[in-house]
Amino acid sequence: MVKNIKLIAVVFLVIVSFFILLKGLNKTNSYSPNLNSSKIDFNFKAKFLYSDEETTLFELINDKDFSIINIWASWCLPCREEHSFLLNLKSLDKLNIIGINYKDNEINAKKFIKELGNPYSKIIVDPSGVNSIELGAYGVPETILINNNSKTILKKYIGPIDDKKLAELKMIIKNEN
Amino acid sequence: MKIKILVLAIFYLIGFFNLLYAANSEKVDQISKNLRCLICQGQSVYDSQSDFALSMKILIQNKIDEGKNDEQIYEFLKSKYGEWIVYDPEINKNTVLLWVLPLILFVFGGILILRKVSIK
Repeated sequence: MVKNIKLIAVVFLVIVSFFILLKGLNKTNSYSPNLNSSKIDFNFKAKFLYSDEETTLFELINDKDFSIINIWASWCLPCREEHSFLLNLKSLDKLNIIGINYKDNEINAKKFIKELGNPYSKIIVDPSGVNSIELGAYGVPETILINNNSKTILKKYIGPIDDKKLAELKMIIKNEN
Repeated sequence: MKIKILVLAIFYLIGFFNLLYAANSEKVDQISKNLRCLICQGQSVYDSQSDFALSMKILIQNKIDEGKNDEQIYEFLKSKYGEWIVYDPEINKNTVLLWVLPLILFVFGGILILRKVSIK
């Protein structure tokens, strides 16, 4: 009887650990939080890249129906790849693209824009990275789609934009209101 | 005599501000040790030197300077990054196994030992 219990226990544990590990295998490595309803109830101040004036987040996301906040840096290689997609998005009327220049050197940042074109209507700088954390960002590149009227985050992409994400972004903007 | 007092006073002030500063950054260490560096594998924010972790430490310092307490800082970060950022998982349907499993194993082990003893 004792032997039986031991055997059952071992088999039980093996089965349980097998399923836990199996579940773990299917999970993606990088974690991203669920965004069901994330209202922007915070605000921060930041300086513009092209002037010394200060602005706030709420001022930035006031212009049109939707805003895309794109966090980028000149030292970030994937940012270079996604830049053409941002330029593509620039043509949408309802959309305002705001750039956050993350932990960058001013000269390099301006060179980057000059070289690849400027999809942004406004660019603010985040030299310490603190403002990006307020937005819940992980690093560069990161893209956040905001509904300006309800001040909510509709979609968040960690990593560069590609064809699929571009199409999805356009779909969301088209389907909302 | 006057100069001596002045020098002493200056050193006292330096020491005082040093202490004040040290107390604050110790607090940052304490909080950042409880935070998971989300872009690193298996490191706390305290251990990591990644851009994300460095910014996080600055942010924590800012929040402390604003007069926020530990609980408020954790809550703030949880609202930004979710439950995952803190090393202390709350009990909910996803983590219930994590909390209950040791208890089950403990009880199970106890039963095994009891059976062995009583049979002998």
